[in-house]
Amino acid sequence: MNPLPSLMLAAGSPPVIPNYGGPPGGKHGCIARNGTFCWGWVKMHWGDILQPRLLEHLQLTAIAVGIGFALAFAMALLAHRKRWFETPFGTFSAFLYTIPSLALFQLLVPFTGLTVVTIEIGLVGYTLLILFRNTLEGLRSAPPDVLEAARGMGLTRTQTLRRIELPLALPAISAGLRIAVVTTISLATVAAYITPLGLGQPIFYGLQTDFTTEFVATGALAIALAIAADVVLVVAQRLLTPWARGGRLRT
Amino acid sequence: MTLAYDAFKLHTFADAFRFMADNSGLMWQKTAEHLQISGEAMAIALVIAIPLGVWLGHLHRGSFIAINLSNIGRALPSLAVIAIGLGIFGIGTTNVVFALVVLAFPLMLTNAYVAVDGVDRAAIEAARGMGMKPHQILLKVEIPLALPLIFAGIKTAAVYVVATATLGGVVGGGGLGDIIVNQASYFLKGVIAAAIAVAVLSFAASFAFAALQRAVTPRGLRRRAKLIEPDVTTGVAEVATT
Repeated sequence: MNPLPSLMLAAGSPPVIPNYGGPPGGKHGCIARNGTFCWGWVKMHWGDILQPRLLEHLQLTAIAVGIGFALAFAMALLAHRKRWFETPFGTFSAFLYTIPSLALFQLLVPFTGLTVVTIEIGLVGYTLLILFRNTLEGLRSAPPDVLEAARGMGLTRTQTLRRIELPLALPAISAGLRIAVVTTISLATVAAYITPLGLGQPIFYGLQTDFTTEFVATGALAIALAIAADVVLVVAQRLLTPWARGGRLRT
Repeated sequence: MTLAYDAFKLHTFADAFRFMADNSGLMWQKTAEHLQISGEAMAIALVIAIPLGVWLGHLHRGSFIAINLSNIGRALPSLAVIAIGLGIFGIGTTNVVFALVVLAFPLMLTNAYVAVDGVDRAAIEAARGMGMKPHQILLKVEIPLALPLIFAGIKTAAVYVVATATLGGVVGGGGLGDIIVNQASYFLKGVIAAAIAVAVLSFAASFAFAALQRAVTPRGLRRRAKLIEPDVTTGVAEVATT
C-alpha cells in the first residue's frame, strides 16, 4: 500500500513506485503513457484505493463535525447566557481559522504525533468558528415580543431556551452544520499530509509519484463527495425546518 | 517514517521570529510570490465575477444560479481542484491560480448579485421618476448602494485566496506554501514564520480592500459602512476581516 503521506522525502528514501496496477503497457496503454485520466485505473483501484479512502474521509469528517458541534454548541449556550463569553471564544475560534491548514497540522505534530488525533484536533478547530457563530446568532434570533410572551406564560429560562429559542435557532444551526461539513470535507484532503487517511492520501501520493490519473481521479472524487454532501444537507435542512423555506435572501 | 518533524519547545515561537529576521531575503521573495499568485487570481475573479453579478442583479435574473453557485464554490476542496488543474495545465503556477479563481469567483458573484438585486426598489423608482436612464440608475443608484455587500464578498474572497494559496506549495507552485511544506529544510520555526506571514497577509489584503471600499464609496454613504457586515453566503453576520 501507500506508506508515504507527503512530498517531503528524506534523502536516500526508497524509490517510489506509482500505483500502476498490473504491468505497465499491455492493454492499459493509457496508464503506461501516464495519461491525464485513465478510466481503466479507476476501475482497477476502486476497491483497494478509492473506496476505502472515501469511507475514511467520511469518517474523519463525521468525527470532526460531531465533536466540533458539541463543543461549539456548549460554548454558544454559555455565550448566550453570559454575554461576556462571546468575545474571548469568538476571537479564539476566528484566530484558529486564520492559521493555514497545512501549518496548523504540522504545529500539532510535536504534541500528538503523526496520528489521527492530530488531524481531528485541526479539523475540529476549523469547525468551531462557523458553528459557534451560527448557533449563537440563531439563539439570539428569537423576537423580543416572543420572549416577552414566554415570560408572560411563566416559562423559566431553561424552558424558554428549550421550547422557544432552540427551535427558532434551528435554521441557523443547520445552515452552520452544512457549511461546517463541506469545509471539513475540503480540509480533510489536506490532512492526509500528516497521516495517510482519506481522499487526500491518493492525491498526495499521486503528486509525489507523478502518476497523473491517481491525483486527478481522486480529486474528482473529492469534489463529487463535497457536492453530494452539500446537496444532501440542503435537502435535510429543508425537511428539518420547513418553516424556513422561501429563503431569507428574497424580499 | 521519512518525515522529519521538529520537537516543539517553548522557544520555537521566538525562533520563528528570528527565522524571519535571519532569512529576510527568502521571506520577502516567497511573500512576493504569494502576493503575485493571489493577486492574479483576485484580478481574474474580480474582472469576471463582479460585472456579471452586478449585471444579473440589475436585471433581477438568474437568482438560482447566482445563489447556488456560491454553495457549490464553497464545497469544492481546493486541494482537489489544484490536483485536477495540475493534470490539465501541468506544473507551474497556472493550476494554483486556476484553483484560487474557482474559490473566489462564486463568493464575489453571489455577493454582487444579492447586493444589486436587493437595492431598495423605492430608491430605483425615485431615480426613474427623476428621469434617469437604466444605465444611470445602475451607475448612480444601484452600484453605490450595493457597494458594502459587494465589498463584503471581495474581502471574504481575499482572505480565502491568500490563505488557500498556501496549498500551492504542495505542487511546487511557489509562495509561502513552499516554506510550509518543507519542514525538512526550514524546521518548525520556518513553518511557523511562514504561517504567521500568511495570516498577516490575509488580514492586510482584507484591510486593503476595506480601504478601497472607503475610497470608492460616495461621501454621503460612507457613514453607513460598518466593520461588521452581513455575509450573504452564510446568512449570518460575519466580521469583515475574517
